[in-house]
Amino acid sequence: MSAVVVASGLGKEFGRVRAVAGIDFEVRAGECFGFLGPNGAGKSTTVRMIHCFLPPTAGRLTVLGLEVPGQCRRIKRQLGVVPQENNIDPELKVLENLLVYARFFDISGTDALQRAQELLAFFGLEGKGNERPDNLSGGMKRRLTIARALINKPRLLLLDEPTTGLDPQARYQVWQRLFRLKEEGVTLILTTHYMEEAAQLCDRLVIMDSGSILAGGEPDRLVAEHTGREVVAVGEGAARALEVEDRAGSLYRDKLVLGQDLFLYCDSGRELLAALGDLGFSRLLLRPATLEDVYLRLTGGKEFGE
Amino acid sequence: MRLPDLSYLTWRVLERHLAVFRRTWVVNLSFNFAEPILYLAALGLGLGAYVRPIAGMSYLQYLGPGLIASSSMLSTAYECTYGAFVRLEFQKVYHAILATPVSVEDLVMGDILFGAFKGLLYGTVILVVLLALGLVTSPWALLVPPVLAVTGVLFASVSLIWTGLFPHIESFNYFFSLVMTPLFLFSGVFFPLNGLPPFMRELAWFSPLTHVVNLTRGLVLGRLAGLPGDFLWVFVLTAALLPLPLRLMRRLVLK
Repeated sequence: MSAVVVASGLGKEFGRVRAVAGIDFEVRAGECFGFLGPNGAGKSTTVRMIHCFLPPTAGRLTVLGLEVPGQCRRIKRQLGVVPQENNIDPELKVLENLLVYARFFDISGTDALQRAQELLAFFGLEGKGNERPDNLSGGMKRRLTIARALINKPRLLLLDEPTTGLDPQARYQVWQRLFRLKEEGVTLILTTHYMEEAAQLCDRLVIMDSGSILAGGEPDRLVAEHTGREVVAVGEGAARALEVEDRAGSLYRDKLVLGQDLFLYCDSGRELLAALGDLGFSRLLLRPATLEDVYLRLTGGKEFGE
Repeated sequence: MRLPDLSYLTWRVLERHLAVFRRTWVVNLSFNFAEPILYLAALGLGLGAYVRPIAGMSYLQYLGPGLIASSSMLSTAYECTYGAFVRLEFQKVYHAILATPVSVEDLVMGDILFGAFKGLLYGTVILVVLLALGLVTSPWALLVPPVLAVTGVLFASVSLIWTGLFPHIESFNYFFSLVMTPLFLFSGVFFPLNGLPPFMRELAWFSPLTHVVNLTRGLVLGRLAGLPGDFLWVFVLTAALLPLPLRLMRRLVLK
């Protein structure tokens, strides 16, 4: 079985509000699959449907070959869930958090203790077992939340914005662990609005907005398909867009206006830059196109009131 | 109507609550314990000195078993309003547990059992105090703890129904002032109901605490007349109410 999650026409409505509007995707075994999009895009709702927290209101969803919502207990037994907000049990100490959680998966005694200690070591939390969770730093709390999600050796780990709010160092520590988990064969599904995170971690991803999937695929291919290799950013270029486009001629593939700035997507930025050289812009920047450009192109324009 | 999705994992939820309780029980117990003891001292000894015997009981004898029932009810009510709401809304403990194979119904039932456990415990502590004071006069008192376990489920259900209907921290003040306090005052804990005007007496029959007080007092003092009726009353209401919190809380948790 190579598909771990299969969704077809998957939808979720809260009353009259449509949070997820009939989406299709497939997550393959062993990959890291990302949901990328602005706040309110429907990423978290989708993830919550996958881990059986919210029942879908339309379409079909199977996880590990089992139906949602019919076989939720069996699904949840094999999942790990890292929610957006750390929900460590504040009334239990660090080690107790893992041990009590293990009981929900029928793991107990020395098995539970051994697994818990392995996880604390893996996440750099040795010696913290007797701490109260409130005494941990933000990064440690996050790592503990991920550790807890792994107590049952899940085949699929869901991470809802795993590094939001962490400093760069703490974020990198989380990434390292996630890489290692992937190497061990755990399938990862994550939501994020950090482009570097998606580009670093995800084998494939979809970009969501307003409950729909706008584009999907491997990060590099998405960039190549939607933007071209390079971007020339023209600071304060929006007002003179026609003039700039005229000068750029066939050297650019597409453009995006974001506020006062103008972005030109192209395959050869150097030539384009030269062509625009004498227009008198003080902020002309050539850089490689990234996922961020794809994201902005697909979701960004309208937020600037286009 | 769908059947509640309950499993043995309910016990795991109870285990989690007991693991927390194990860390705080000394503080917890002493605080909850203090209030009924103060009532017993102030009213039983102080006021009791001026009260004529009630149906052959001294006022202390009369009051003591009533406080078993009320103390049990109130500790369950606190647990299943403030306690449950904090776990749901502020600590997000519920959400963490629901990511495991536990169902919402397992979770809510675990809360009900824990609420009942607290009622059982705090009521039994008062029973032990009464025993030490020589106020327990019948071996039937051994049935008080199992009765409290059942009535605990009842009060836990009532409290969680409120929590499910009015899930705001301020709403619990109203629960205690509009529901718990009237029950506490007019269910025969402090005085016999037959002194009240007829309509209030009839109203008191609808108070679950009235029947629980009858049960604890009857068992502690070995006055068994009418007790099967009281137990039946409590049992039927418990069975009727129990499904409601499971449904209401489901709606609340999965919003």
